[in-house]
Amino acid sequence: MEIKVLGPGCAKCAEVEKIMRAAVDEAGVSATIEKVSDFQKIAGFGVFATPAVVIDGQVKCVGKVPSKAEALAWLKK
Amino acid sequence: MKPLKTVPSSPCACVTTESVPARSASPWRDIGLGLLTLAAWFLLYSQLRPFSRFLAYDLIGLTAGSHLGASLEFFFYDTPKVLMLLVLVVYGVGVIRTFFTPEKTRKILAGRSLFAGNVLAALLGIVTPFCSCSAVPLFIGFVSAGVPLGVTFSFLISAPMVNEIALILLYGLLGWKVAGLYLATGLFVAIASGWIIGRLNMEEHIEEWVRQLRANGDQVPIELLSWTDRLARGRDAVREIVGKVWIYVVAGIAVGAGIHGYVPEGALAAIMGKGAWWSVPAAVLLGVPMYANAAGIVPVIHALLEKGAALGTVLAFMMSVIALSLPEVVILRKVLMPRLIGVFVGVVAAGILLVGYLFNLII
Repeated sequence: MEIKVLGPGCAKCAEVEKIMRAAVDEAGVSATIEKVSDFQKIAGFGVFATPAVVIDGQVKCVGKVPSKAEALAWLKK
Repeated sequence: MKPLKTVPSSPCACVTTESVPARSASPWRDIGLGLLTLAAWFLLYSQLRPFSRFLAYDLIGLTAGSHLGASLEFFFYDTPKVLMLLVLVVYGVGVIRTFFTPEKTRKILAGRSLFAGNVLAALLGIVTPFCSCSAVPLFIGFVSAGVPLGVTFSFLISAPMVNEIALILLYGLLGWKVAGLYLATGLFVAIASGWIIGRLNMEEHIEEWVRQLRANGDQVPIELLSWTDRLARGRDAVREIVGKVWIYVVAGIAVGAGIHGYVPEGALAAIMGKGAWWSVPAAVLLGVPMYANAAGIVPVIHALLEKGAALGTVLAFMMSVIALSLPEVVILRKVLMPRLIGVFVGVVAAGILLVGYLFNLII
């Protein structure tokens, strides 16, 4: 599974990355987590509100910090 | 299995397919509870003045009229008052914002004509959830979807400047007239600046790669929210925003309280009063590179006004601190060429300057 956290690097983006890591650990799935802070790449996903989460190329959440429960739900699918 | 610990989510727009199951199913319970809380809020709010006097003069035993007494009474009255107002309004706005998302705003604004588009953009800037670190992605998203450049700027100026925290603090500390003036002139600066930038036809001063982009915003999933979800968002907003800004509010009021009690009445009239014509440009020059959030700056402004600073000067300072900042300019450089950035800063600063002089003239 390939997880991307999109955001220029504010406090919220860092929080999202932390939540995703915790969720991956808890769900016990194998996944790579990548931080994307390049605006051009972020725009390439059609995302224009950060932070955003993209899993396997699919945009899951835009413009907010997801809860761990939400993150776990995405990982189970 | 470990119990799930939920992390408070942000008040920003969220668009997820799966929404977290609501805690209570009946909206009536929420509504009843809400009304009860609201009644308690008003009761408490009406008791703040006697409470602050009791604390400062009866409990601590200071003499009425002393420097320390005046400072402490001010502090004990303003702190709970502003914090209570903040909780109420942030909650309300948090719920209202669930009806707006950047995607919807972008759809509304795409292809709008100048002026009408600028007015709409400035108004939507107040209610669309927006974090300042999102400014550049938002700019790209708007421009690539066909929102005119000037209209996009109206949104980007209004969103941080005319926000609920600034307005509620101005209302709480300086009254509804000042808050209303700030709202009206903030919108004016956003609309006029965006309109001017639009008229200058500076599209070629956007970085090449941004102009090449075509929006594919349909990727973003749409979220269905129940009322219970919306109310929960309001609570999340309170937890997050008030949890973050309360310290600035308290510190700001403490500084304000010190000025209130110790600096003599009218001490600032000479340097920040109406008579000093250069005070408005000086305030803007000082404020533009600075960045502070509204929560910290309004209490200080309150105290400055009390000691004879002119309203126009002080509002110009506040607007330039909130609307423009050095870090913002640096980050905008990634999508805009220097000339457009220069025009943006220049036009907005000129608008703020105008507002400052206007207020000093009429009030």
